[in-house]
This record gives sequence, C-alpha cells and structure tokens, in this order.
Amino acid sequence: MMLLKGGRVVDPVNGRDGSFDVLIDGDRIARVGRDLAVDGATVVEIPSGLVVCPGLIDMHVHLREPGQEHKETVATGTAAAVAGGFTAVACMPNTSPVNDNAGVTEYILKKASEANLARVYPIGAVSRGQQGEQLADIAELRQAGCVAITDDGHPVATAMLMRRALEYTRMFDIPVIEHCEEQTLKVDGVAHEGYHASALGLRGIPGEAESIMALRDISLAELTGGRVHVAHMSARQTLDAVRFGKARGVRVTCEVTPHHFVLTDALLAAPVPYDTNVKMNPPLRDAADRDAIVAGIADGSVDVIATDHAPHHYDEKQVEFDRAPFGITGLETAVSLCFDRLVHAGCVSLARMIELLSVNPARILKIPGGALSDGAPADISILAPDMNVTVDVARMRSKSKNTPFGGWKLRGGVAATIVGGRVVFVNGDSRLRL
Amino acid sequence: MKKDLLGIGDLTEDEIHLVLDTAEAMREIAQRPIKKVPTLRGKTVVNLFYEPSTRTRTSFEIAEKRLSADTLNIAVAVSSVVKGETLADTARNIEAMAPDMIVIRHASSGAPHLLSRICRSRIINAGDGMHEHPTQALLDAFTIREHKKKIDGLKVTIVGDLLHSRVLRSNVLLLTRLGAEVWVSGPPTLVPVGLERHGVHVSSSIDEAVADADVVMMLRIQQERMHGAFFPSLREYFFTFGMTKARVARAKPDVIIMHPGPMNRGVEIDSEVADGPYSVILEQVANGVAVRMAVLYLLAGGSEED
Repeated sequence: MMLLKGGRVVDPVNGRDGSFDVLIDGDRIARVGRDLAVDGATVVEIPSGLVVCPGLIDMHVHLREPGQEHKETVATGTAAAVAGGFTAVACMPNTSPVNDNAGVTEYILKKASEANLARVYPIGAVSRGQQGEQLADIAELRQAGCVAITDDGHPVATAMLMRRALEYTRMFDIPVIEHCEEQTLKVDGVAHEGYHASALGLRGIPGEAESIMALRDISLAELTGGRVHVAHMSARQTLDAVRFGKARGVRVTCEVTPHHFVLTDALLAAPVPYDTNVKMNPPLRDAADRDAIVAGIADGSVDVIATDHAPHHYDEKQVEFDRAPFGITGLETAVSLCFDRLVHAGCVSLARMIELLSVNPARILKIPGGALSDGAPADISILAPDMNVTVDVARMRSKSKNTPFGGWKLRGGVAATIVGGRVVFVNGDSRLRL
Repeated sequence: MKKDLLGIGDLTEDEIHLVLDTAEAMREIAQRPIKKVPTLRGKTVVNLFYEPSTRTRTSFEIAEKRLSADTLNIAVAVSSVVKGETLADTARNIEAMAPDMIVIRHASSGAPHLLSRICRSRIINAGDGMHEHPTQALLDAFTIREHKKKIDGLKVTIVGDLLHSRVLRSNVLLLTRLGAEVWVSGPPTLVPVGLERHGVHVSSSIDEAVADADVVMMLRIQQERMHGAFFPSLREYFFTFGMTKARVARAKPDVIIMHPGPMNRGVEIDSEVADGPYSVILEQVANGVAVRMAVLYLLAGGSEED
C-alpha cells in the first residue's frame, strides 16, 4: 500500500479540491480522505504546491506502430506520454496496416502491455483501409478493445458513409471521431489561408474547410442520434458550429490541441521562415481564431484538450515546406502549455483544466479514469503548477523531435505519473521523492 | 548586405539604391568589345535550377561570366526530385565543394531558406514557388527608374495572375518601399489574401487600375500552376484583363509596358502592345544581366577576403 500524503487533491468528479490523502492498494485507489493513517503503508509526502489529480488522458495520439516505427513505437510513445503526465492515450488507426481489424488492435494492445507504461486505448478505422468506401468491422474492433472509430488523417469520405457510421455505432454508443476537412476546399493547401501564407507563397487552407465538414457531421449526428467528436478543432467557425449543435441537443463534443490555443500562423514567417515544425493539419490559424479557441475553452464550449501527437522523423521534416508531412509532437509539452497559457493566464481554473485533460476524455470514450474514486484504478498524475520548465528537445522520450516549442520557458510541469498503482515516471526536477 | 538574397525584405532601402546604382556601372560593361571584368575571378557560382528557366538562368550565367566567376549549372529534372536525394542533401553535397554562391530556382516556396540554413555559401533566390523573385523586381525597378528617372510617386499597375506570382510579391515589396503607388488588377479568384495589407490598391476593374498609370506590368497566366478553375476560359480572360491598345490608351501617354516573360500573346497581352512603342520588355531582359552582375558583385564584396 502507498499513501500519498498532504497534496492538493483536485478531483472535480468527486467535488474535491483541497488537502487530502490518497491511499493506493495494489492497482486500485483504496480511499481518499483527510489525514488518513494507515499502518504498513509506504508514506509518500507530497511537497506543498504539488497537485494530485486523476490521471490525464490524451484521446488523440499517433503511436505509429505498426508500420512506421522509425517515427514512434508504442513503447516510445507511451514513455513520452507518462513523462508528459498522461496515464492513458487513445491512438489513431492510420498505421500501416490500418487498424481496421482485430488483428491490428490486438497487436497494439500487446505492444502496450509489453511497454507497461501508459494505458493504450486503440481507436479503430471507420472504413476498411481508411479508404472511405466500406465500413470496417466495427463490432469486431469494439470487441478487440477499440473505444471509438475514426478515419483520422482524412475526413469520413462521404456524407452517406458518415451517416452509416453514426447509425451503426449507436449499438455500441461509441463516438465517431472526425477529422473535419472539406478536401475539395483544402486541395493542396499547406498552411492557414491568410496574410502570412499569402506573403510566403504557401497555398492556403481556409477555416471553412473545417467548419463546412463539422456542420455536415453535426447535421448527420442530429439525423441519426449518433455521437460525433470533432477532433483538433482550429477555426472559430468550427467552434460556432459545435456551439450550434450543442444548443440543439446534438450529441457533439470537441477537442482542441495546445498548439492551436497557443500559436498562430505568424510563426510561418518568423523566427524561422518556413519552419516545417509549424506545419500541421489543421494548420495554425490566425490570432482571431486562436483567441476564439481560448474563449471556447474558458466558456465550456470545448470539451477536451488532446495533443494530436504526430511524430515524424527528422529526415521527413528536413525538406521543402510544401513537401513536409503535417504534424508535431505534443505529449511532453501539453501540461506545461496548459498551465502556462490557460491556468496561470487566468483563463481556466485548475479543476477545469483537469476536466479538459482527464474527466471529459474518460467520459467521451467511456473508459476508466477521470476520478479519484474509491476502488477506481490507481491512475494518478502529480502535477507541479509552479515548476519552471524549459522545453528540452534532446531529453524528450518521443522517438521524434518535431516540436516548435524547443527552448520555450513555461511555468508548470509534471512531477510524477502513476499508472495502476505503479510509479512509471518521476521528474528529477521536482521536489517529489518516490 | 546580408549574407543571402532570399527576398526583397533582405535589402534596406539604401541597399536597393546601391544595387540599382551599381547596375548602371555594370551595364556599361555590356557595351564594351570585350565584355568581361575580373571582379569575381576565382569565385565559384553554382546555378541550381529545379525548374525550367531560359531567361533567368541564362541571365545569371551571362552575368557570372562577365564577372569572370567560375560557373556551374545544375539543372535538376523535376522527375528525379521524387526518387532522388533531398534538396538538403543536394545542398550539403554542393556545399562540400565549397562554392562561393548558389543561385537557386525551385518550385517550392521557401526552398532557398532551407538552403540558407544549411549552407555557408551565399544564397541568391532566383525564384521560389509563389514566394519571391527578388532579382526580377530589382531589374524591373532599374528599368522603371531609367525611363521615369524616379520611382517615388509613380502609379505602377500590375495586372494578371497575382495569386501564383512571385514576381508580384517581390515587386509589391520593392515598389511600395520606394514610394510608388501600386495598383493590382486581376480576377478576384487570382488575388492573394491580405495583399492590401502591403498598402496596395486592389481593383477588379482593369480600366480603373490602368487609368493614368505611369507603368503597366503584365503578369503571365501560369497555366502550369492552374489546378482549379480560376476563370472560365483564356478567351474570356483576354476579353476581361488582356492588355490591348485601347486599354493602354487610358494610361499616361508616356506609359511603359513591362512583362517578366515568358509572354502568352493573346492571353494577357496583345501582340500590338507587346511589340508596340511603349513596350520595354526586351530592355528588361537586357537590364537583367546588369542587375544580376550588381547583385553578385555586392554579395561577393561581403565575403571573408575583404
């Protein structure tokens, strides 16, 4: 037994925010209470200033295995996850082969079990091979352990296929996660359509390429009663579409990434012009979008913060901007960015940050976690809101280093990560001794 | 001068004037029976062209040879880019042979910036994607200055495919910096987002844009970059935006007509205009050599031996 003593426990589901002790028995939380005294338990003093909260869950990561192990593996990706404070991740199916059958799902789960770090929840494909033609074997995927379906990387190709996916998944009540992008409007765009892309001669992607597809999917969710989850929302028009759907009672939820609430397309031009580490899809939008997204986080319109952790090998990014793949890593910078730009900036409370990073992802994916309840799995993140962090790319656990945040100085970080009662990460820079 | 010339933004206003003044002196070399000076003797210049180019590549090569540089042309077939080595590796290999300057033309915007980060050699952008073509803007300014004796206060109208044009972007930056009143005109489908933030007047009426212009610059309709239906037909384009004698008549009587080439006769410009008395299109080509000699000379002047 392990007793976490004296930390500030923030557990919105159980209405706790204050000094509590957490008793862990094996892989479960035995009890949470004030001044617990337990004979025989290993007592871990939580230094003042640290926060004990339900384990963070990143519901949008690319672990790249099978097939793209030069970018990331389940082992390196989950190592990055726990170093970033995440006790669980949900991984996207655009691997090679695509996770559109139980064999691939089981392979990913086997790798996760071998790595034995963060919990891994595979997400299956909507369509076979993510080709947008025929539904994948969704019941089989569900049975093998998939918690949602998506054709992420691409939108679900046609309105009819999306309709069928939303209808079919009603029998499992799992969400269809949608990469919202009207591809006939995006065409070969590589950056947000705006002043900076225009001045740099880069082909643009307007925010409407996202919102048009979000509106299609929200309408279809209303038609079918299915659940749609809008992934990596970047444009203010999409936020309005989600608000519209929620106001009508449509079962729609949405997530945003740290890079979309922190950065803007001005980064295309400076300090490093054409830096391929600011190329992602959806692209960094302009300041009005970024500010709208922050407002959406603050007012509750946004349900989840997810990283869209998209590792790419150095060689793949060391090319002309328009030839580089979309995406950046995010697992090891998310918590610091949330603290620095949301909590310390006065945008959201710490409890709300934990809803965005733990409570709501657990609720949407219907997976264990999101609360420090008696008898729940002992998945616990210990955060250090005032830790001074300098983002050091060389020390990152992810196999890929494609982040635009290298060298950033941020306030707030991760002290330790506990999965199933096991301490899987301790930050040597924290005052915590485990 | 900065190490590289990647775009007009790399030049101060004084440096722009210095390039233009230096080009005056360089042009005189072309009048001599022996058109060669030893200025860049012992310097190696690599012309790395990833896009087909006749005018610009020839112009740079002549400029380099007249300055006695050792020049090397590498024309990379577009197809081999797909299966061959990356631009970064090509750059590292060329760099290993220690050239002094690399002149690069590439279909991707920002390719010269990638080279700049890898190479110690000086990089000259000879056109990158839809981004910039700084030496073209410099030779255009040189040509305008020669005819009008100034640039400040002139009405310069640029007409055509603005969206895909690197010539437009460089010219807008340079001409607004030197005080010209820049008007642009083209179908709204071919106007880049945010162009007005550069202090440019945007009009879809060519008549308004051309009225009382001192300079009219036509841009090529880049059919190879046209993936979408930007306008219904070439016939309709000429009807709406083609430069005809009747339209030229709305400009100032001493207007000059420019075109960076290659021209699509009967699409953006009527042959009567292209070959007419106000056309300075071939002067632009001639001036291109002098301006590129000036750029090469001034960039080399900043090298370590000084």
